[in-house]
Amino acid sequence: MSTYKVPTMAEMAASGESPEILFWVGCAGSFDDRYKAVTQAFVKILNKVGVSFAVLGPEEACTGDPARRAGNEFLFQMQAVANIQVMNGYNIKKVVTACPHCFNTIKNEYPALGGNYEVIHHSEFLQQLINEGKVALQGGGEFKGKKITFHDSCYLGRHNNVYEAPREVIKALDVELVEMKRCRTKGLCCGAGGAQMFKEPEPGKKDVNIERTEEALSTGASAIAVGCPFCLTMMTDGVKNKDREHDVKVYDLAEMIAKDMGI
Amino acid sequence: MSILPQLLFLLVFAVAGFFIYKRVSFLRRSIFLGKQEARNDQKDERWKTMLLVAFGQKKMFKRLGPAFLHLLIYVAFIVINLEVLEFVIDGLSGQHRIFAPFLGAVYTIAMNIFEFLAIAVLVSCFAFLIRRNIMRVNRLAMKELNGWPALDANLILIIEIVLMFAILTMNATDQILAERGVEKYIVLDGLFFSSLIQPLFQGMSDSTLIFLERFSWWFHIIGILAFSVYITYSKHLHIFLAFPNTWYSNLKPKGEMKNMPEVTNEVNMMLGIQTEGSSEPPAEIGRFGAKDVNDLSWVNIMNAFSCTECGRCTAECPANITGKKLSPRKIMMDVRDRAEEVSKSIDAGGAGFEDGKSLLGDYTSKEEINACTSCNACVEACPINIDPLDIILQMRRYTAMEESSSPAQWNAMFQNMETSFSPWKFAPTDRFNWADQLKNEETK
Repeated sequence: MSTYKVPTMAEMAASGESPEILFWVGCAGSFDDRYKAVTQAFVKILNKVGVSFAVLGPEEACTGDPARRAGNEFLFQMQAVANIQVMNGYNIKKVVTACPHCFNTIKNEYPALGGNYEVIHHSEFLQQLINEGKVALQGGGEFKGKKITFHDSCYLGRHNNVYEAPREVIKALDVELVEMKRCRTKGLCCGAGGAQMFKEPEPGKKDVNIERTEEALSTGASAIAVGCPFCLTMMTDGVKNKDREHDVKVYDLAEMIAKDMGI
Repeated sequence: MSILPQLLFLLVFAVAGFFIYKRVSFLRRSIFLGKQEARNDQKDERWKTMLLVAFGQKKMFKRLGPAFLHLLIYVAFIVINLEVLEFVIDGLSGQHRIFAPFLGAVYTIAMNIFEFLAIAVLVSCFAFLIRRNIMRVNRLAMKELNGWPALDANLILIIEIVLMFAILTMNATDQILAERGVEKYIVLDGLFFSSLIQPLFQGMSDSTLIFLERFSWWFHIIGILAFSVYITYSKHLHIFLAFPNTWYSNLKPKGEMKNMPEVTNEVNMMLGIQTEGSSEPPAEIGRFGAKDVNDLSWVNIMNAFSCTECGRCTAECPANITGKKLSPRKIMMDVRDRAEEVSKSIDAGGAGFEDGKSLLGDYTSKEEINACTSCNACVEACPINIDPLDIILQMRRYTAMEESSSPAQWNAMFQNMETSFSPWKFAPTDRFNWADQLKNEETK
């Protein structure tokens, strides 16, 4: 019986190998019950396609993004410098991650602290695999012909100008991509960025994720696609709050591709 | 011929110049209350950004209606300044329409274009007054604009309307006088828009018309000079500051927060990492983050003086949309008001920064900065690349690092990260558990 392989950098290094990419899992991908499924789906795709990859496993630590956004620069740098030490120790060149916050921090903020890597978000990586024909899609499977809307995450879109890759991935599934009025550069935040994920919102008349979920539901889409663990949580909570979890699902891009591949 | 008008003209000019000079020096001092920040790399990119965003109004065109009306006023401002050049030369030399004989038919065409633009400005300004005061477009009628900001906005529009009426009155009376053959007045080959209001003046005597024409002329030029002085006290400064403001734009990825190198040495020491520069004495560490405007960078303060309070940032802010107190526009207004207050106090020999007040606390509250999702919608929305997020995050650094007064749930998150290297409280040894099941699952 052949099972899925999840090699760690330590194992790879011990056997004198160096993988092509480091898959940076992130804290949500490691601990959040819902997002673990995304991590697993992405690893299945990597296995299926035969990408040479490894993870850091227990050697990975939070990138420090929420600490930095909440103002604790010291804590951020403690995390960052320690992570960079580990990554440089393994001589890592290329990092793929399913979390736009990790993506932004490693790509844009680690260089100033001595961590220089080519960093790509999993939406871009999936798009490359599809374009290269390495991911053979079955034509949408359960999504075929369905209306799907994509929620831009701020740290992917406005922060790093990645707007098309996730859309290309969705379109490859032979679905009808419907846009919300506020999309791309005008995309509305899910409400979790800037460390908001880790505290109650300030007093107001509404929660941001409800405002965004209402907009997503108004497109008539049967699924909301996201590319970020925080957005996934916020949109899922929003859909539940609106009592629509029976007919509207929230998926990460990797899950949709894995489903289509039948893995 | 008396040279009195020429002397008077020179005097008016000198007085306006003096006030503008004094006020510009004040603004410069206020901006440089901020810390140094080098923003003069990638000069080609900077010129390009300025040309596209400020000169070319690229980001305005996200909202077509206001963008078109604004464009008319903007083009009129640039083109009508050519006419002001003639005003100045006429005023100093005692001539009338000095360019007319040289340019001939071209002069008439130019005057017609100016008149068309004057009408365009009238239409736009009326439309803007209606949007502000009758339609009460949400972003233009928010509470933070109560008082001076709202009055300032309306005054600017009214002054522009009055100035345009002066031009049209001047041209209308000028041409009636010219047709009557009054000395010095030059017949032009038809000024379309001002001829429409000529019936108002046809019955008047030559002397009344000369008075009206001269009055309009003086009113227009003095009005423009007075308006120039006014602008330096007003949100309307954006017409000049938009240019340097876009030139000094942040060209880095929007997601990148400014690094704090002063922290890195300490972090390296804590982690036992030897670095090249570590034997040097540590650089003087001021305050971590920003409590007051002198903790900010000069670019942040220039941003504040460039802001014309259009509120596109606030209209896009997820926190503001959902009823939180945060408004990125108010952050910019707070920075400007505080910088002005401190500058005035210093000029008067007062307490300056030691007045017992500060930006964070007296102008901007923690509730406001804590509500930010760092989504960059405000930065994206700003037509002249103002960055309120950078200021908010600097204030959060002050709160977390100097006061340890972040929200309790953030402090708990910090603690989790310190002890288990994750914002959630999970054992670091469990980090790789997600793979257990997968490693036993058969591949398909």
